[in-house]
Amino acid sequence: MNILLEILLSVLIVAGASFTFIGSLGLARLRDFYTRLHGPTKGTTLGVGCLLIASAIFFSTRDEGISLHEGLITLFLFITAPISAHLLAKAALHLKVESLVPLPDEAIERKNKQHQKYHSVD
Amino acid sequence: MQRFLPHPLLTVMLALIWLLLSNSIAPGQMVLGILLGWALPFFALQFWPDKVKVHKPLTLLKFTYILLHDIIEANFIVALRILGNPDKLRPAFIVVPIDLNSDFAMSILANTTCLTPGSLSALLAPDRKSILVHTMDVGDIDAFIHTIKTRYEQPLKEIFEE
Repeated sequence: MNILLEILLSVLIVAGASFTFIGSLGLARLRDFYTRLHGPTKGTTLGVGCLLIASAIFFSTRDEGISLHEGLITLFLFITAPISAHLLAKAALHLKVESLVPLPDEAIERKNKQHQKYHSVD
Repeated sequence: MQRFLPHPLLTVMLALIWLLLSNSIAPGQMVLGILLGWALPFFALQFWPDKVKVHKPLTLLKFTYILLHDIIEANFIVALRILGNPDKLRPAFIVVPIDLNSDFAMSILANTTCLTPGSLSALLAPDRKSILVHTMDVGDIDAFIHTIKTRYEQPLKEIFEE
């Protein structure tokens, strides 16, 4: 394999691993539940992205034919990561998990009323 | 037409995803992908009550480009904030008024705010007129709302609604 290609792949893998690590580090370093959610959702998309690009290049140059599975993984990741973050945030607001800043009580109350309405219809 | 091909766009997407999954463009796989793309939407019909229509494909392309650019930028910003002093962050809950009618556009907007500029959509108001967004570090709240509205909501409105 070409030496330049190997360097490119190594850089991508190291960059990907660093971003993923920093994203996870956010869980330990940040101060409350809501800000902690930001690390894994954003810090890791680029990290996993770099690793997937490296994987796509590696398998495309090694085997016959190009490898495009990775594009699919990226697509699914971009769809699922925000949804899981959204649901975690929603659940946390419902349970009124402590936050560094005042919780938006009015918005939560309105949402809870809506839930009660749905349940009373049942 | 409507009865035999409920979601043409979804059909194309599923066929493409199938080809990516099988990692080949052999004619057999293409036929299988098209068949699956045609059949699966019937089972998913109740998840897609409204018809999704792309009115301006070019704007969609531009939006995708802006989104990818912003995702990469947001990754760097968030990484820097994590490595910096976490006590200096100014997190906030912000109510962003939205003015979209289609559910699909709304969920794309919520997804977008999660992936980009250091924010996270947390609640959709019962009247569907605003979303509650949590931001990690924000100085000027009005400027933030303005960014979301002009950079993301406006193109989405043009693509899916007009």
